Amino acid sequence: MFGTTFLLAIRSILRHKLRSILTALGIIIGVAAVVTMVTLGKATTAAVQQQISALGTNILQIRPGQGFGRGGGGPRPPDFKPADVTAIRDQVAGVTAVAPQAQTTATVIYNGANWSTTVNGTTNGYFEVSPWPLIEGRYWTRAEEQAGKAVCIIGTTIQTNLFRGGSAAGSRIRVNGISCDVIGVLKTKGQAGFGGDQDDVVIMPIKQVQRRFTGSTDIRLMLVGTDPAYDSAQIQSSITDLLRERRNITGGKQDDFNIFDTAQISQTLTGTTTLLTQIVAAVAMISLIVGGIGIMNIMLVSVTERTREIGIRLAIGAVASEVLMQFLVEAVVLSMLGGVIGLLIAQFAVALMSWLGSLPFLFDIQINVIAFAISAIIGVVFGYFPARRAASLNPIDALRHE
Amino acid sequence: MADSDAPLIRLRGIVKTFGEGPTAFQALKGVDLDINAGDFIAVMGPSGSGKSTTMNILGCLDVPTAGAFLFKGVHVEKLERDQRALLRRKYLGFVFQGFNLLARTSALENVELPLLYRGDPKAQRREMAMAALDKVGLKDWWDHTPAELSGGQQQRVAIARAIVTNPDVLLADEPTGNLDSERSVEIMQLLTDLNKTSGITVLMVTHEPDMAAFAHTIVHFKDGLVERIDSNHHAGQAVTG
Repeated sequence: MFGTTFLLAIRSILRHKLRSILTALGIIIGVAAVVTMVTLGKATTAAVQQQISALGTNILQIRPGQGFGRGGGGPRPPDFKPADVTAIRDQVAGVTAVAPQAQTTATVIYNGANWSTTVNGTTNGYFEVSPWPLIEGRYWTRAEEQAGKAVCIIGTTIQTNLFRGGSAAGSRIRVNGISCDVIGVLKTKGQAGFGGDQDDVVIMPIKQVQRRFTGSTDIRLMLVGTDPAYDSAQIQSSITDLLRERRNITGGKQDDFNIFDTAQISQTLTGTTTLLTQIVAAVAMISLIVGGIGIMNIMLVSVTERTREIGIRLAIGAVASEVLMQFLVEAVVLSMLGGVIGLLIAQFAVALMSWLGSLPFLFDIQINVIAFAISAIIGVVFGYFPARRAASLNPIDALRHE
Repeated sequence: MADSDAPLIRLRGIVKTFGEGPTAFQALKGVDLDINAGDFIAVMGPSGSGKSTTMNILGCLDVPTAGAFLFKGVHVEKLERDQRALLRRKYLGFVFQGFNLLARTSALENVELPLLYRGDPKAQRREMAMAALDKVGLKDWWDHTPAELSGGQQQRVAIARAIVTNPDVLLADEPTGNLDSERSVEIMQLLTDLNKTSGITVLMVTHEPDMAAFAHTIVHFKDGLVERIDSNHHAGQAVTG
């Protein structure tokens, strides 16, 4: 019996193509909206997470000053000293490594080619805080670090632009006029971190950078690697206590430095984007339900308009349940058809909008399946009432209907 | 259980009342009628005489308020709605004044419809529907929609739809009411032919004595009762003579 009713429903839908499309339009838009919004939301979340994780996981960034949004008046808080780095590394439990950073911009020159880039002065601790393998050469030795030798490790962007992608280790480049031996090339990390190119970097021993470029031993940024087995909050409070003591901050005075936990920021941002996604999805869901009501309206009109047809079907021996099934199947097929078209449109919309917003293209099987299932359920729920009305018609009255 | 001597259809004391209380209207006041297999019966009578109500009951579309309606020995008045639908599907064919074909649907699909509800396989549906169209002389028009057919052709398609299941009874409600006289005669000749060759029992409501003249028996209704029954020994000669 199902095969017959399915066939009848398909025939009826094809017989009224325009009406069928108009009926399904609400579902098409609803499904497309839900899937597009949720997928884009997930893509945004993924992009944010990717950018945050580019900063490194289990890493604390410590800077002088009171952090975002505060600060303002008063004298600028002092930078950190090299001894602070050692103190944190040696006195706080759960700290795996500490890397001071001194950054500057510089023009690097090799064999007539020049390139403007970032010079990052640090210690070997930097590679312990966030491991970064080499594709060529070596890291600097402890002796080279202590002496502040003019050695540098370069990113692949520098390698591409100065060495045309060829071997760089062993060559000598000039960084802001200072001669420097390239000892290693870092593996490509790629585009990430709020639009920055992570591979566009020259890493040198911090002492060399301080001596030649920044001219002081002050440290503006410390990266602290933490052991995931320890509670991050506990480590942060230990570091806070230690730094307050070392910087002579007593009593109720506020910290004049801030600790930035990438994991925490990641959680906050993910939470925000997820919430936004849910709100937008809820709005889109309402449009899906409105689409369902649209189906019900058209089906009710259709039942009235096709009263005589129903009369004919009943007269030639259709039982009530067959008429009910026909209209129900028609509604379900229509809304599922709308669902499929909506899904297709959603993929195009997602592709287009991810391209425009330079987000990763995502195909989320879960939301596609859910949206399709909802469209089918809407067909059943909103198709039942008109179908029951059709099935309960009296054949004599239906045949007489003009 | 059915009495082998009993007629195909037997109506006994059929009463049909519409509405309730003081506004109630008694359309049938006790109709008795026997119809044998193979009969060709014309039902005549003025408006409101009860002929349409009787046809609805005979077509198992409606049930009497009181009385007995035996079809092949079965008490139809005691059947449920769906059981009557199955009875219609199996034994009855309908032809209406307004043709009542499905719009935007080919002649073939229209004729196939009863077979669809019967659940016949596709090949068999095609074959039987084409055979029925052949019987009404519209084999070559199978892919035309009602809008592409003349009134007479549409009624032929409707007749093909009614006979495609090889029913025992063909109920025709003013089948020529919307046709000119030439087309009407063609339809009547078709019905006569089907009655003669297929042995199908034909029950026809008509206003026109010319059309009634094709029937073997003419039943006259008046005021909710059978007024008289005429035998027509010159059936089919009304026009040719």
